[in-house]
Amino acid sequence: MKNINGKTVLTLGVIAFTLILAFILNGALDSYVRRILNLCAIYAIISLSLNLVNGFTGMFSLGQAGFMAIGAYAVAIFTVPAELRASGFYLEPMMPLLANIELPLIAALLLGGLLAALVAFVIGFPVLRLRGDYLAIATLGFSEIIRILFTNMQSVTNGALGIKNVPQLSNMFLIYLAAVITIALLHLLLTSSYGRALKAIREDEIVAEAMGINLLKHKLAAFVISAFFAGVGGGLYGALLGTVDPKNFIFTLTYNFVLIIVLGGLGSISGTVIASFIITIGMEWLRFFDEPLKLFGIEILIFRPGLRMVVFSVLLMVIVLFFQKGIMGQREISFDMLRRIPLRFGKRREDR
Amino acid sequence: MIGKIFRNNLTSAILVIILILLAIVFYAAQIGHMEGPVLLQHLVNGISLGSLFALIAIGYTMVYTILSMINFAHSDIFMISLYFAFFSITVFNMPWVLALICVAAATPLVGLLIERLAYRPLRGAPKNSVLISAIGASFLLENAATYLFGGRPKAFPDIPALTRVISVGSVNFQVVSIVIPIITAAILVILINFIHHAKTGVAMRAVAKDYEIARVMGVNVNGIISLTFIIGSVLAAVGGFMWGAKYPGVTPMMGVMPGLKCFVAAVVGGIGDINGAVIGGFILGLGEVLIVALFPGISGYRDAFAFVVLIVILLVRPSGILGSPVAEKV
Repeated sequence: MKNINGKTVLTLGVIAFTLILAFILNGALDSYVRRILNLCAIYAIISLSLNLVNGFTGMFSLGQAGFMAIGAYAVAIFTVPAELRASGFYLEPMMPLLANIELPLIAALLLGGLLAALVAFVIGFPVLRLRGDYLAIATLGFSEIIRILFTNMQSVTNGALGIKNVPQLSNMFLIYLAAVITIALLHLLLTSSYGRALKAIREDEIVAEAMGINLLKHKLAAFVISAFFAGVGGGLYGALLGTVDPKNFIFTLTYNFVLIIVLGGLGSISGTVIASFIITIGMEWLRFFDEPLKLFGIEILIFRPGLRMVVFSVLLMVIVLFFQKGIMGQREISFDMLRRIPLRFGKRREDR
Repeated sequence: MIGKIFRNNLTSAILVIILILLAIVFYAAQIGHMEGPVLLQHLVNGISLGSLFALIAIGYTMVYTILSMINFAHSDIFMISLYFAFFSITVFNMPWVLALICVAAATPLVGLLIERLAYRPLRGAPKNSVLISAIGASFLLENAATYLFGGRPKAFPDIPALTRVISVGSVNFQVVSIVIPIITAAILVILINFIHHAKTGVAMRAVAKDYEIARVMGVNVNGIISLTFIIGSVLAAVGGFMWGAKYPGVTPMMGVMPGLKCFVAAVVGGIGDINGAVIGGFILGLGEVLIVALFPGISGYRDAFAFVVLIVILLVRPSGILGSPVAEKV
């Protein structure tokens, strides 16, 4: 405990402030705003997990929807009160082995994360030998296989009907605590020697291997950790929605997170968090595009359901084409950087 | 080695693969106590689905060879072509042959537009950026289609000339199931001859090999890339039209699954090889239909079949059935 300095205290202060703010806002906000802010934090967790693989290790995985599904189903299967289960599983009764096990939410979240990590470990061994597009399409394939398995395991997941009555989670404090823990763990990981090895793999695999970094081991570690957080995030997502249904986890869900990490900057934790908030809130804000609009008494015909998503995807294309680095690039927000901002403005004034 | 033998002797290779598939099928049919005519009917369906997959897979494989990127938007070009077909028949009352020609003429415009706006600005950019741009283009097309045409499925108009059921002996099938393989075969012959003998086709292969050198040698690289997108879109449009006749029901998201499967078909056959795309298409199409026919118990997993095949191929032979392994350049 010898390098406690001002910055550490400041960091802890910011964390405490965030959590206290979440705790206070939890009581102060109405359920709609609270839900959106919760979604922001959950999207941040999942996007961070994707950024670990795509941004920091330089692989291209599109399997996040599958890992989320594992986490969400773990929560849905184990937290629904046992007496409510029979009414949902009316096509085929629930497997007797599972039907009576009830877990508290946190245990179910961790279980979901661990299961997702286990699946990632099994998948990762063969798949991570692939590169680039091939890896993308193989992980995407696995995420679809997971979804199809869930659709067909009637006695475990209730198939296409989905699981309803999942106890709803709307406690901002808990979700923001999960997000803060995720950020902290990822930050610690990425500033450790393992993190530097991952970044070396991103910069140049061959050189990294020549420097003695075991490629498969490190890639697998990143993939498994990413799946764990995606599983936890998926569990929170399922608990937030209250129903878990295989159709929620179609692979296009992953595209949302790809968009977030591209906007925030591939390889930036703070950028990812900022982008999660921008995109989630932006999607809500853009809702006015879906409603009929009257200007000076004339109905503007282009405003009708669906326009929001068109605007959204056009924005995505603009970002991809013209702002390839995203908001933060590979930089992070730090106290040093914040302190430098006034200096930078000062310098400009001098130039004039 | 397998790839080399196959490439040197293509026709026989295709025959061998078809024979192996048939042997598996007959063996499985005997276990499942399936009668001859029923099996034949499933085979016809499988071959026509395989031909459709092949048509779309060729578009993927051609773009991949030239730009080394997955054109995620290809599946949505296919979807748009179905909407074009729907509107040209229901709104403009065209006879189906004329509609087919119009659709095949209009769809490439979409393909060109995407190439121009989403891919050309990123030429030379890191591979991941291009991949993300492709995903974005696909996302945009899907959302635009939902906005313009509505999310509810539209019923593809019935074309009696194609959907009429004819019986040969005790086997019943739709005309379209026979028309599709014929069209695919014809297009394949034309395309392969074009690529191997026409001057533009040679230029196309040169660009695929090394586009810097091709440019130095006076090939109009951008023109060739546009042409690739045009050819791919025309094939997707023809495939889309036939798909609509066979499986009526048009929705903005309908391209996604067939598109993925066709990309898988291209990878399975060996990406960069048109024959490979066709072989891959047949393996997936026949496999999917026959799995459902022979083992009805697992029909829920039919969409997983393509991905299982993909993963097996990527692990056993990452360059696909016809592809040759590429050494990593340092």
